[in-house]
Amino acid sequence: MSTHPVAGTLPPVVHVEGEHDIVHIRKTAMWVFLGSECLFFGSMIATFLLYRNATAGGPGADVFSVPFTSASSFILLMSSLTMVLAHNAFERHDSRQGRVWLAGTALLGSTFLAGQIFEFTEFVHEGLTISGSPFGSSFFMLTGFHGAHVAIGVMMLAAMFLLSLSGRLHHDRGLNVELVGLYWHFVDIVWIVIFTVVYLLQV
Amino acid sequence: MTTATHPTPKLYWTIALILAVVTAVEVAAAYVDALDPVIVPLLLALGAVKFAMVIAFFMHLKFDRPLFRSLFLVGVFGSLPLFIVVLLTFNAL
Repeated sequence: MSTHPVAGTLPPVVHVEGEHDIVHIRKTAMWVFLGSECLFFGSMIATFLLYRNATAGGPGADVFSVPFTSASSFILLMSSLTMVLAHNAFERHDSRQGRVWLAGTALLGSTFLAGQIFEFTEFVHEGLTISGSPFGSSFFMLTGFHGAHVAIGVMMLAAMFLLSLSGRLHHDRGLNVELVGLYWHFVDIVWIVIFTVVYLLQV
Repeated sequence: MTTATHPTPKLYWTIALILAVVTAVEVAAAYVDALDPVIVPLLLALGAVKFAMVIAFFMHLKFDRPLFRSLFLVGVFGSLPLFIVVLLTFNAL
């Protein structure tokens, strides 16, 4: 196997035997988990599409504010950038810069969550509730579960930040940050699908 | 020993810029009435582009072991029969 980097890539990260086995096992477990999460969110998106017109006479997609949700989507997309930059910094053993990007990712994630809470509050004021119609139930379940995933991600980012601050993160060469990053990017790609299917296609 | 290459920060910024531009195009397209006949496939295609770029570059699937790609794609494409089963269950297909 060639160890020469291709254009646009950093020199290879070298893992020694034993360490590599642990890296491989933990990353495999994370990818299996993310694959199963695709099925979870896939079934919820299917349910939303099934009930997208079942508003029971109440409000439906007409209450959505696409410009507001577009801004939230942009914030979450950019949090994927800060996350990958955090991982990159930890791989280069630059813990200080890594912590800056981790904190930035957590801040962007928190901003997205705040926007979702504001959006949910507005929807409830306009009559769209979780128990009001099949549309409302499927919408709040789908976006609510996604929001819960974001909230868990923010907590994991905060934990990584504190671990790094106390000097307990450098031994694994950023593997923990990479695993949290995989989870975070997954939350981002789920939102890419939700934003397209639930918001833009209903305009 | 084993090796794995990852992109540089410059490439990450470039990918993020492309993602931002595609998102802007998506939002603009959703409001253009002339695109109504093709809006569903267009938005799905643009969403798929963003999805693929994030998993390829930010999640490193383009550079990592093929096993990880296979595990994830099983989940992604496994969602399709699940979707059909849900619709069949409710006689919506």
